[in-house]
Amino acid sequence: MAAVTASFQRSRRARLQAFRYVVLIAAAIFFLVPLLAMFEFSTRKGLNVGSGFTLTYWRQIFDYPDLVAAITASLQLAAITSIGMLVLLVPTMVWVRLRLPRLTRIVEFICLLPLTIPAIVLVVGFFPMYQWMGINFSDSILTLSFAYVVLVLPYCYRALDAGLGAIDVKTLTEAARSLGASWFTVMWRVIVPNISSAILNAALLSVALVLGEYTIAQNLLYNNLQVEIAQLGRANAGVSIAVAVASLLFAFILLVVLAFVGRRRRQPSETLVQDFARGGRK
Amino acid sequence: MEKAATRQGVEVRLENLQRRYGAVTALDGLSLTLGAGELVALLGPSGCGKTTALRLVAGLEEADGGRVVIGGNDVTGLPANKRNVGMVFQAYSLFPHMVAWENVAFGLQMRKVGVEERKRRALETLELVGLASMANRYATQLSGGQQQRVALARALAIRPQVLLLDEPLSALDAKVRSRLRDEIRRVQLEVGITTLFVTHDQEEALAIADRVGVMQSGQLEQLGPPTTVYSRPATPFVADFVGLTNRLAGTVKNREVEVRGVRLPLVQPDVPDGPATALVRPEAVSLATDGVMDGPLVGTVIAVAFLGATSRVTVDLGGVTVLAQMPTAQTAEHPAGTKVRLTLRPDPVLIQREETNPAGS
Amino acid sequence: MTAAGNPAVSTTAGRPFVGGRRLPLGWVGAVPFFAYVAVFLLLPTGIIAVGAFLAEDGSATLSNFSSLSQSNIVKASVNTVFLSAVTAVVGASLGALVAYAVATGNPDGILRRLVVSASGVLAQFGGVTLAFAFLATIGPAGLVYLFVKQHGVDFYANGYWIYDLRGLQLVYLYFQIPLMVLVFLPAVDGIKPQWREAAESLGGSTWHYWRYVAGPLLFPAFIGCTLLLFANAFSAYATANALINQGAPVLSQQINNALSSEVGLHKPGLANAIAIEMIVIVVLATVLYSLLQRRSSRWLQ
Repeated sequence: MAAVTASFQRSRRARLQAFRYVVLIAAAIFFLVPLLAMFEFSTRKGLNVGSGFTLTYWRQIFDYPDLVAAITASLQLAAITSIGMLVLLVPTMVWVRLRLPRLTRIVEFICLLPLTIPAIVLVVGFFPMYQWMGINFSDSILTLSFAYVVLVLPYCYRALDAGLGAIDVKTLTEAARSLGASWFTVMWRVIVPNISSAILNAALLSVALVLGEYTIAQNLLYNNLQVEIAQLGRANAGVSIAVAVASLLFAFILLVVLAFVGRRRRQPSETLVQDFARGGRK
Repeated sequence: MEKAATRQGVEVRLENLQRRYGAVTALDGLSLTLGAGELVALLGPSGCGKTTALRLVAGLEEADGGRVVIGGNDVTGLPANKRNVGMVFQAYSLFPHMVAWENVAFGLQMRKVGVEERKRRALETLELVGLASMANRYATQLSGGQQQRVALARALAIRPQVLLLDEPLSALDAKVRSRLRDEIRRVQLEVGITTLFVTHDQEEALAIADRVGVMQSGQLEQLGPPTTVYSRPATPFVADFVGLTNRLAGTVKNREVEVRGVRLPLVQPDVPDGPATALVRPEAVSLATDGVMDGPLVGTVIAVAFLGATSRVTVDLGGVTVLAQMPTAQTAEHPAGTKVRLTLRPDPVLIQREETNPAGS
Repeated sequence: MTAAGNPAVSTTAGRPFVGGRRLPLGWVGAVPFFAYVAVFLLLPTGIIAVGAFLAEDGSATLSNFSSLSQSNIVKASVNTVFLSAVTAVVGASLGALVAYAVATGNPDGILRRLVVSASGVLAQFGGVTLAFAFLATIGPAGLVYLFVKQHGVDFYANGYWIYDLRGLQLVYLYFQIPLMVLVFLPAVDGIKPQWREAAESLGGSTWHYWRYVAGPLLFPAFIGCTLLLFANAFSAYATANALINQGAPVLSQQINNALSSEVGLHKPGLANAIAIEMIVIVVLATVLYSLLQRRSSRWLQ
């Protein structure tokens, strides 16, 4: 019987490779073009494409005091939220592991709850609370960090959980305590240094999320970075897009650092990246 | 294992098969004929090309040269799904979303057999491997051994012309392995199908095959019945890979080799005189604790390894380690530390010389 | 349990005996967390739940829920369901293709790591920045639009669709596709090559393999991930608000309307009711997603 085809395997492999190339190149174009377009827009001289390159819009960022104020506020919020989240979560998670293991499920459920509840829904509950806070306490934009800590809980929980899971918290603590260390020393000098990359992970995620947050700020009538960009966009598109590109670059650098830091000990877990993708600033 | 009274199945010929992956040659002109109903085991270390050969017969890979002929038909150009071969993989090959009988019936479904009929035949085949009671279980609900039996049933249900097994026992526990290997042989004999069985475990190959093919680096070093391959290894590689071997320095003189004062016949006597290494099986070495305890064959027992019915004794012979294998009862006479004298049974031995490759092909 | 009997982990001070047992003071350590969460997570949720049943004067009522049948709310609900469904299905299909293209490559290769990291970044790249990126690309002053127009094609000849729901559909794909790649890739990875080879050696063609083996195996994961994408799009607000300034065609924007007094009257009760409507739908989709994922991972992991 004569051979039917001499290279059935090779043709199938070739078809698969062709498919892969087409799909991946199409995807690359679809995802890269808007980014390039943003950059081009923010550096465009005249009204039409190809009419010249200028950094005017970028320089003009500093001509808008509201914008500068918003940038400052957002950076402050990012810092406060990260620190607040760490102060809240790290001792709690360590304590649960050591003394209250039965609470693990509950704590996990609570921390992952903000993943399911959309920000736009949550802000409806925040609204009267922030009204009250504004009258009786403070109406500074920095009070947003209370809400933001809740928002970043899921991602930070996962990051810290992964870090704590990689070390034997119980044994380290028992060893330190038997050598006479106080609880504070245990936390600060024993636990924290050993989960430093997880802590950095969690902090970087918080910063990225806070910088990109729009929904809660806008509905609570605060002007953070994203709200300001949106408002400015109606007036001066070029400048607002320049700021958008800047914030994007900043977030990108943060995530690269995150990936680099993660690889030294462990890869950021798949679930963490997935959760991060589900949340964020849509 | 006895052979079945009737032998069906077809002849399978591998003719000068070649396969390259870039710069690496996996198969370098492999030729092999399996008689109808015969079980041939391809034995060798990882990378020797045995799995490649199997996959070429299955049609899962394409040969760069040579032919595969099944039952007189040249199937070399045919893709796997047109070859009517049954294949059992090492692990994880059962479809997880189908129960056992659906898995077994899959090949029949591909051949457009109606659901009633294929369920009946699937259950029949499961009966053959003794798993009819597990017909409605999923793969995750079955043990490793049971999964492989279902995989075997699945391969056989389509009544293939040749059965191909790719290290089917390697992923299983030792106990399950030996039971399942006998089971596979029983089924193979009952059905009478020509079978190619690939493994790196020489015990497996020797236990169930009609013939064993020992491979290294893409080539067949020896092909023959298990007893021959074991007791008359054609090359030092085969001697090493199949069973254990002692390497003892000696001198070839007058078509014999002299090792520590003992003269042993040669497998290949027509070799020039000179220094050589003799390859001696542990079973050919026996130990005595009486008589003259002097001379080049006297040493001390270092260790006794209990292997069940037999034991292996390690003896230090003036700096050289020699292994002796004997029924366990005998080892009571010479526990570790005893001085013993070795005797070598006068079986023909292979020799190896340093400069060239071995005498004996 | 407390570490009462363990000498290595002892508390710094003795703890009081009460009826022969030591009080579990370990609970104290969890208080800060639960207190914070109670105030800033459970309280707002409670406010929504209760507020939905309160009228302007504070009396109990179901009128907020009947307001959900107002035409603009119904329209917004329908719009949002449609928008989410379309972007979920399209995003899932395209994302599955990309996931397959990645999974069939070198598992340790650069391409795979690049795509996974890029997906991580792109999936959370949304909101204002994304909307503006698309405006810079295919908006009236956008790079691609102007470029194409210079060559004779004006795709806004029949209206500026970028500013309404049609434009939003396209923009949403930008984060839906990467999300799909991330959540679906593990399932595709779980497809073992032995299944393909077994199917082949049993006589199955490529079509048979997909129809009877790979297809059924990937189906639960695909549907589950589509639901996740649906929930994702349904919850989105920032992107829609940044792109669409006229009216409030998306349900989350209706919440914004009811909440802030920019447009119309301030109606917190209505906002609560819409919030509950949203949460019910999102939670439902997410729960179904979890169930399907569990089935899928039984087969594929």
